[in-house]
Amino acid sequence: MTFKTDLPVMMPVKPHEPEPFLRLKLWHVVPIALLCIVGTTLAFAADGDAKQSPLAVLMNWAPLLLRGFIFNLVISVSAMALGTAVGALLGLGQISPNRIMSGGSWFVTQFFRNAPWLVLLFFAMFLLPFELSILGLKIPFPDWFKAILGLSLPVMANVSEIVRGAVKSLPSGQWEAAESLAYTRRQTLWLIILPQCVKRMLPPWMNLYSILTMATVLASIVGVSEVMTLTGRALSAEGGRPELLAPFYGFVLLLFFVYCYPIARYTVRLEKKFAVIN
Amino acid sequence: MSWTPADPMVSIKDVHKSFGDLKVLNGVSLDVMKGDVICIIGPSGSGKSTLIRCVNALNDIQQGSILVEGQEVNDPALDKLELRKKVGMVFQQYNLFPHKTALQNVMMAPVRVLKRDKVEAEKQARDLLAKVRLQGKEDAFPGELSGGQQQRVAIARSLAMQPDVILFDEVTAALDPETVGEVLQTIKDLAEDGMTCILVTHEMGFAREVADHIYFTDRGVIVEHGPPAIFFDNATDPRTKEFLSQIL
Amino acid sequence: MEFFFDWFRVLNQETGVNLPFLYDSYDRNRIFNGFLTTIWLSLVCLFFSVIIGVIGAWLQASSFKITRRIVNGYIQLFRNTPPLVQLYFFYFAIGTMLPRVENDWGGQSPLLGSFAWAAISLSFFAGAFNVEIFRSGIEAVPKSTVEAAEALGFSKLQIYKDITLPLAFRVVLPALNNNLVNLVKTTTLAYAIAVPELLYEANQIWSDNVNVTEMMIFLLLAYFVLVGVLVGGMNRWERSMKIPGYG
Repeated sequence: MTFKTDLPVMMPVKPHEPEPFLRLKLWHVVPIALLCIVGTTLAFAADGDAKQSPLAVLMNWAPLLLRGFIFNLVISVSAMALGTAVGALLGLGQISPNRIMSGGSWFVTQFFRNAPWLVLLFFAMFLLPFELSILGLKIPFPDWFKAILGLSLPVMANVSEIVRGAVKSLPSGQWEAAESLAYTRRQTLWLIILPQCVKRMLPPWMNLYSILTMATVLASIVGVSEVMTLTGRALSAEGGRPELLAPFYGFVLLLFFVYCYPIARYTVRLEKKFAVIN
Repeated sequence: MSWTPADPMVSIKDVHKSFGDLKVLNGVSLDVMKGDVICIIGPSGSGKSTLIRCVNALNDIQQGSILVEGQEVNDPALDKLELRKKVGMVFQQYNLFPHKTALQNVMMAPVRVLKRDKVEAEKQARDLLAKVRLQGKEDAFPGELSGGQQQRVAIARSLAMQPDVILFDEVTAALDPETVGEVLQTIKDLAEDGMTCILVTHEMGFAREVADHIYFTDRGVIVEHGPPAIFFDNATDPRTKEFLSQIL
Repeated sequence: MEFFFDWFRVLNQETGVNLPFLYDSYDRNRIFNGFLTTIWLSLVCLFFSVIIGVIGAWLQASSFKITRRIVNGYIQLFRNTPPLVQLYFFYFAIGTMLPRVENDWGGQSPLLGSFAWAAISLSFFAGAFNVEIFRSGIEAVPKSTVEAAEALGFSKLQIYKDITLPLAFRVVLPALNNNLVNLVKTTTLAYAIAVPELLYEANQIWSDNVNVTEMMIFLLLAYFVLVGVLVGGMNRWERSMKIPGYG
């Protein structure tokens, strides 16, 4: 772009210096590490036996727990993909000019948004069949698959609200200008409204993903072998030593923190960036 | 009953409109011939903007009739898209599409709505931007343009549809005083080219200079109207006199 | 009333749609108590999380860097880890470290029960969100408004009490209400440590009666109504607090 004037408004907008992606400073980890170590030593000091130290036990189990955590991430990505796809359709349904369509979509959205995630997970676990037979072909529904379906229900409802909110947040002048230029409703939506909404939707969508990731541990309550379930099994395999509780639960907290905190930082940065543009 | 260019381009008859309990238009009638420039003036809230928004069916009316080239606008079976291809509109807040450059803003509707050839549409868009004196700003985004420049892009965008009539809804009201002139000059150029224009405006000097006919509205009715020379110097109605004395 | 209850007993016999919490007084009590526990837990957590939020927002404005960092660390820690794991950490890890007390029957029992731990854990969780909500509210009050009050001779406390807080409160109300709704939904986690709230009691009933489908649908409807009433009430409150032309 070339500008023939030197007025400040005409100058190209300089992008902000990008911050380093990971701004995980040392002190962020300190509280967790403290909790683990203090808890460990306190309990350990009371125990005089020549058992393995809690930290060493944790190290033995860490690879297994990490595998469990990766399973959590797989569940979160799948549920997010499914929930986003269905939720986007539901959100478009909510802004439909058809009363029945918009009313129905609104009700479905509100229904699944008001329900606690854990209840929806129970709902999917107990009410879905363990296998589906289509034309004699039996497709098994394992627990983890039902967990993905159950978690995608609240994601769907929240994505639907994000889409509706973003569309409603655009000034009505954009609709009117497009209408005055004889765009059809579909053209207005796809060419004018939705492209402008994507930026507005991204931060809440990422926030939702973070919430979903943290909700995957709920699957342990309904018996999916993810990181929390494995932690419980590891603890009982070690004979339920009380001094192991803090390091093990602390380790799970740390895993989620290391994954979710950068997402949260990045979301805040995006929000600030878009707030400047708009 | 087919329309000929000798008939009024826009014919408004006894139009009534209310938002809930609030009556905004209370029996308004006026005719606009091809090539006419008419200005609608009046105090805030007198229904001027609502009136012209009814002409391209952004607002519907409850009673009366609006004919655009002989076609009834107040008709549920109306093809709004066909109407809007004939009637352009420029808004107070410009309403440019912020995610598209000036050039894209101007050429998008011809390509997408009128299905015109892209190369041809781009050439026309560049010509129009030159006509509104914005050469060199083709690739600027709306956010990088001043209010006056944005409004001129909006006028070019409307012209690109080659409408038969353009509605101007207080297009200078949101502008800085120093950029009002450039926008008014653009409208004046259009009027001299013979474009049919319906303007809602507070710029009395401008109205006097370019308008063929002035309508003064208050509380949803047309109180007084006439050619500018007669209207401004020999207003008879006390409401018109009071308004003019406050504003001139 | 008895007739109404009996109708559901007949419904069960005739159609197999089994809603024992309507015709069986024992199950009715369970559901009713579960409902009360959910509401009571929500209220307790609401109270403490708001207190945590106010204190945290106040500490965050502290001039000591270390204080601000500790508050920030608390917020980030509780916002970016799963509340369920937090609950386990409090209940199992910290709970087992605390001394035990002698109970009325001469046995040993934990110092704090599962309800208390759920209340503590969820209060800290919701409180982390409240700190940021309150801080953003205080920051949203324009400096010029405060300066205007200073110019009129208001004292610092008066400005805080009569200008900043009333304006900030209206700004934060929607976010606060949203957080409250989330809190009510999050109380279901207490199920995991056997706090007898609505989900837990419903689970007890479906284990006894093998009527998962009916109980599941009942649960969804119950939370839908509970949260719906809450959201509706909050929206009305927000509207009544709205200052014309502000915000």
